[in-house]
Amino acid sequence: MTSKEIFSILQEKFGDKILGFFEGDKIDPFVNILPDSIKEICMFLRDESGLEFDYLANLTGMDYKDSLGVVYHLYSIKHNHYFVLKVTLDRTKPMLPTVERVWKTANWHEREVYDMFGVIFSDHPDLQRILCPDDWEGFPLRKDYVAPTEYHGIDATPNKLK
Amino acid sequence: MQKRRILDFEYGNIDTDRVVMNFGPQHPSTHGVLRLEAELEGEVVSEIWPRIGYLHRCFEKCAENSTYPQVIPFIDRLDYISSMNNELPYVLGMEKLLGIEVPEKVTYIRTILCELNRIANHQIATGTFVMDAGAYTPFLYFFIDREMIIDIFEKCSGARLLYNYFWIGGLQRDIYPGFKDDCLAVIKAVRERIKEADKLFLYNKILIERTANIGVLPADVAINFACSGPVLRASGVPFDLRKTRNYLNYDKFDWNVPVGKGEVGTVGDCWDRLWVRLAEMEESCKIIEQALEQMPFEGDVRANLPKRIKPEVGEFYFSCESPKGELGFYITSDGTLKPSRVRCRSSCFVNLSVLPYITKGYMIGDLILILGSIDIVLGEVDR
Repeated sequence: MTSKEIFSILQEKFGDKILGFFEGDKIDPFVNILPDSIKEICMFLRDESGLEFDYLANLTGMDYKDSLGVVYHLYSIKHNHYFVLKVTLDRTKPMLPTVERVWKTANWHEREVYDMFGVIFSDHPDLQRILCPDDWEGFPLRKDYVAPTEYHGIDATPNKLK
Repeated sequence: MQKRRILDFEYGNIDTDRVVMNFGPQHPSTHGVLRLEAELEGEVVSEIWPRIGYLHRCFEKCAENSTYPQVIPFIDRLDYISSMNNELPYVLGMEKLLGIEVPEKVTYIRTILCELNRIANHQIATGTFVMDAGAYTPFLYFFIDREMIIDIFEKCSGARLLYNYFWIGGLQRDIYPGFKDDCLAVIKAVRERIKEADKLFLYNKILIERTANIGVLPADVAINFACSGPVLRASGVPFDLRKTRNYLNYDKFDWNVPVGKGEVGTVGDCWDRLWVRLAEMEESCKIIEQALEQMPFEGDVRANLPKRIKPEVGEFYFSCESPKGELGFYITSDGTLKPSRVRCRSSCFVNLSVLPYITKGYMIGDLILILGSIDIVLGEVDR
């Protein structure tokens, strides 16, 4: 099934929770949705016969400078089709429901997105940093992040030519 | 004569607390700097919390500050055991973004080198796995053949492990004159070694006792955790991106996807994962043989290298079947010389996340085996 067809199914079912469909020749076609409805839409995509997206290939955060975002790359092993979901989040208060109950693999991916972008996934069972140390400050993959010059007494200033 | 003291316990009333124990980060069986917090009930594992991040090198942040070709050496250093396969999804994704067609010869060379690299990776994976089970010899035997493969890579690219050989639009340089003979010699040696492995350890009673029915991963759980590669195929799911996604020219060859059948135990146990890797080595040999026959040896591998890499605004997620599973790169371009974001979907990271599920209820000794059977490289887990 093509992304366009899946989009029309979603639009029929969820109405104005689906914000739009985007395609282009230099882009994987994707669907933009409201952050609050991510869990029910993912549940539907996983369980509806004909779609059956049982495999969450990739989940990642994005920084669009004026806003943050989360991207979901879905795949169906049974039907061999791909689908991309995107949500856009407010930069000051990025928050959306977790999809950990839908695909268990989202657990670690969401922890990584929290670690790198500071996106809060509500109802996540174990939302803590995964790659950075627990006491790390700031969210490194945000575009406005400034790397610290010192960590626990270790000098981390970039080498300058003398 | 001293009277023997009789201990009068009611065993049901002894209060044995659960003990939390640390494995690693510096432990030879954790295959790198991985720390496992294990909650034990006697000798039985009741809970596991993997703690990763010790080898975090900010790959994604570094990639944002490098030009597109400069990212490739960083990618080499993710999974340093199978670097050729690491470069492939990034390079193919970039070619898709730029709209470059590569010559037929380049595609064949990439196929052959990736399959050789797959063999080398599975040799280390099976070798270290049976070493965890107590058999040291196969590890050393596998290294003899692996050295032949590494020699081919060294003659091609000049480096033994970190190649920087696949470039966007072509290859760093052409293959050398005796390439075909070297590859055929490797295939011959690998096939003999697989036969030897069957006799030496695969159907060995001790190894079967230790690995059959251990760390069973059911297919539906494996899919829900998005496991891929040999870990998923051992659970009986014939999911291989080389077949489904059809990149390079894998459709031109005759080869099979081996899946776990539970020959000595349950489907998806440690033995199945070991067997799938050995079977895949044979399939890789088949692919290399056919590719060498079909491959055109004339032509310039650098003909289509772009002078300046500056893609239009766009984004692609491209994934390939690396030896450890699905390795994907989500490349976002904002029309400048540097990518606005490169996301690495690491196969080891995802496969490791299933560990707490499949170790519950097994002994500590089995924990080491289960970890070994997943085949992780911490460079790719932590990125």
